[in-house]
Amino acid sequence: MSRIASVFAALKGRRAALIPFITGGDPVLSATVPLMQALVDAGADAIEVGLPFSDPMADGAVIQMGHQRALANGCTTRAVLAMVAEFRKRDARTPVILMGYVNPVETMGYEAFAEAAGAAGVDGVILVDLPPEEAGEWRAAAQTHGVDTIFLLAPTSDRMRIAKIAEAARGFLYYVALMGVTGAGHLKVQDVETKLTEVRAVTGLPVGVGFGIRDAESAARLARFADAVIVGSAIVDKIANAANAEEAIKDAGAFVRELRGAIPARGDLRS
Amino acid sequence: MSYEQPDERGHFGPYGGQFVAETLMGPLAELAEAYATARTDPVFQQELAADFRDYVGRPSPLYLARRLTEDVGGARIYLKREDLNHTGAHKVNNTIGQALLAKRMGKTRLIAETGAGQHGVATATVAARLGLECVIYMGAEDVARQAPNVRRMHLLGARVVSVTLGSRTLKDAMNEALRDWATTVDDTFYVIGTVSGPHPYPEMVRDFQTVIGREARAQILAQEGRLPQALVACVGGGSNAIGLFYAFLDDPGVALYGVEAAGSGLATGRHAAPLTAGTGRGVLHGARSYLMFDEDGQIRETHSISAGLDYPGVGPEHAWLKDSGRAQYVAVDDSAALAAFHRLTRLEGILPALESSHALAYAEDLARRLGRDAALIVNLSGRGDKDVETVAAHEARS
Repeated sequence: MSRIASVFAALKGRRAALIPFITGGDPVLSATVPLMQALVDAGADAIEVGLPFSDPMADGAVIQMGHQRALANGCTTRAVLAMVAEFRKRDARTPVILMGYVNPVETMGYEAFAEAAGAAGVDGVILVDLPPEEAGEWRAAAQTHGVDTIFLLAPTSDRMRIAKIAEAARGFLYYVALMGVTGAGHLKVQDVETKLTEVRAVTGLPVGVGFGIRDAESAARLARFADAVIVGSAIVDKIANAANAEEAIKDAGAFVRELRGAIPARGDLRS
Repeated sequence: MSYEQPDERGHFGPYGGQFVAETLMGPLAELAEAYATARTDPVFQQELAADFRDYVGRPSPLYLARRLTEDVGGARIYLKREDLNHTGAHKVNNTIGQALLAKRMGKTRLIAETGAGQHGVATATVAARLGLECVIYMGAEDVARQAPNVRRMHLLGARVVSVTLGSRTLKDAMNEALRDWATTVDDTFYVIGTVSGPHPYPEMVRDFQTVIGREARAQILAQEGRLPQALVACVGGGSNAIGLFYAFLDDPGVALYGVEAAGSGLATGRHAAPLTAGTGRGVLHGARSYLMFDEDGQIRETHSISAGLDYPGVGPEHAWLKDSGRAQYVAVDDSAALAAFHRLTRLEGILPALESSHALAYAEDLARRLGRDAALIVNLSGRGDKDVETVAAHEARS
């Protein structure tokens, strides 16, 4: 069983998984591996690491600036893969998911990237601007090297698309909780719950929810019915506002601990 | 005609497609369907034709530039006068079409990206006319160098958002417009200004611009009694070029030249010429095409004196036309474009946009090579009033 499947299997009926997001190379390259470890220590069940891109169109200002800081530091796709390999030496269990945009991956080559990702211990990859219709070649390469291709679902995905995307996806589905970019401020928990019922009617894959989850309270509300809660901008914001890398690691860790503490155990809700 | 591109999912060979986040896939499908219906609806086509005639002022003239032709001493140079359109550029052909479609789809708000500001003005114009809310995204650098157009947009009632992240030019304005659209698709129509972006935009924008070539073909046949040897148009995203070329694609005797911005010179790396000197195939803003990026796939910053050409990508259909050999792509640098800007102004009393000046510069060279028996058409895609400050500032520096 893959690391991703194991985590969801272990938590099934108990509680939602917590998946924090950080951008690789932000605030400095040397901080990413210690950050990942600190997030695991704080209770993260998997880690999502952003591959920096010059034009992150689906991201709001907070994560865009994270990408810009990482690129200004000289971070590259290969550098992030090396960070994951380094993390893997000390943590064989926690799934690592890369989230990025297709051009840097295509520049490296789908096959070369999938092979390097698999070798580094990457478990899943989300390419934001590569919908299933355009993803045939990438999926084949990813599958060959044991990397799950995780696709996004959105409020605008109709039943037919949900079925098609679920068919193409591996690992879990990532439901974009609101119309907009990462870090937006208009999350409606009730709408998410309704849509997830629709998604679950079509697929048995676990469904993670992200975009717009800013604090422990919103994480807790979504964790009642989502299989995973994904928090990005709120963490990247803590990193951006810290005085230095050490503080960033400390602050991000403390925030993830708070999030984790807020995720309710499942009793009668969904077991 | 025998040329049939793109396929139903928007692919021009290996180019084009829909490379966007899932949030936009549903809205793009809805748009493609609405456009497919409108395209074959005679009522829609009649409305469009009436607006072209009564509001834009079409057909635009095909003008034989006699003094320029004499001065150059080669082929007869005809100018397709898109600069005489309402709002002063070819951009309005497309915004009229998209605004009609927006109205049909019940949208109440238009958003657009703009570089030189011509597309922003053309969008703000149709929004004012239809009583729609309008927001224009413009890179902070372009807001500074195209101030007259910013003022025009304000007068037309649009809100202009200055984009300060990234390289602060057209590409960043497009990122920001896409972010807006992902948030507001319910009531908002994204009016893309060029033959770029995800399907159906490259096809739809092309279709609205093909009026340029249809008119030019009939006009040159009437004036010359035969087809020209060549067409020349500048290429940023490539909408004025595809608009001129399209009606001639099945005329093998007509050579097609797209002129990119060589900026400070191709060798300096400070240019905006993805087809002529780009990195290769890449994906940006929803489509695969030729693109300028570094060895890690990060999009490179571009340079051109002309804000409208200052973009690292190009419409996917141009990538396809280049690979198929049907069109050729060349590049002209800032100083050659400026020289052409002055020549046309002094010889013909026409102030061309700096974008169109790139096409003029190449057309002069080509006219000399083709010789006096030949004729060629340059797309004079826009007027240069907006560039007066830029030209003055550039010449004060050098």
